[in-house]
Amino acid sequence: MRLSLLSDLNAERAARRAAVLVTDVASGEQRLVREAEIASDPLAGELRERLRQGRSGLVERDGRQLFLTVQTPPVRMAVIGAVHISQALAPMARGVDFDVTIIDPRTAFATPERFPDVQVLAEWPDAVLPEMGLDRYTAVVALTHDPKIDDPALAAALRAECFYIGALGSRKTHERRVRRLMESGFTEADLDRIHAPIGLDIGAVSPAEIAVSILAEIVATLRKERRRSA
Amino acid sequence: MLSTDTEILKTAETWRREGRGVAVATVVETWGSAPRPVGSHLVIDGDTNFLGSVSGGCVEGAVITEALDVIADGKPRMLEFGVADETAWQVGLSCGGRIKVYVERVD
Repeated sequence: MRLSLLSDLNAERAARRAAVLVTDVASGEQRLVREAEIASDPLAGELRERLRQGRSGLVERDGRQLFLTVQTPPVRMAVIGAVHISQALAPMARGVDFDVTIIDPRTAFATPERFPDVQVLAEWPDAVLPEMGLDRYTAVVALTHDPKIDDPALAAALRAECFYIGALGSRKTHERRVRRLMESGFTEADLDRIHAPIGLDIGAVSPAEIAVSILAEIVATLRKERRRSA
Repeated sequence: MLSTDTEILKTAETWRREGRGVAVATVVETWGSAPRPVGSHLVIDGDTNFLGSVSGGCVEGAVITEALDVIADGKPRMLEFGVADETAWQVGLSCGGRIKVYVERVD
């Protein structure tokens, strides 16, 4: 592999753009196909399907064996609320290779001291989410309980087709949330995509246990959806 | 350090830019129960430093040895590991699966 090719592959990953490295395993010949270049590639159909499934693999073309290294952007997690659960969730999420951003306009909560090693934005979600460019490789987790902060983030996540959207709060709280979001134009089908109450039901009590249940639910959504589409 | 997919390929680039000999090993095919999915990487330098994995630790030693040859002659190699037998169980997969690993040099 040429160093320049490896460097391009890493650059695409850093820029959160999908790419496929095509390797002829007999000759070692290689090329990089960026997401935007797929349509004009001779393997367009195969590459598009592989990318959708997020699955690398061997294919046979004109008697040649080609290995497709599929690189999708790293999963990103936007956590709304610099709260106690978020403090437990951030390092766990980093442990499974998610890019974590904590967003909370309350400056007393959103401090680097409380959240070492992750990006912390002491801003309103509607001010920073458009800039982040939410996408289908992003999970949005709303944990403040405060509609002023959570609702705009949930609305942005629904519009961006984030692969996972979760919101903390009881069933009653969620019913009220659903009513508010419907008034602002979302359909019932849209709102069904919000995981609420958030997290797998493992009887979690402490903030750290709730963080485990949330992270497990996100991983399950990520992996099972890809497997279903495979 | 726990190595993630992102770190593994970034490390390969960093090591090469530092002037080290570097090989990248990639799982290209699996049969039966295999510990790491297709597309998993292991990067190796000329001093046998390595990061990542292509199995649960069962065949990494053999891959690293082959990688040194790849770093030396620049020719990519396809390695295949199957169910371990009694005479060579060090370089087999005790889980009963089979994997194919492609090893290439970073030039």
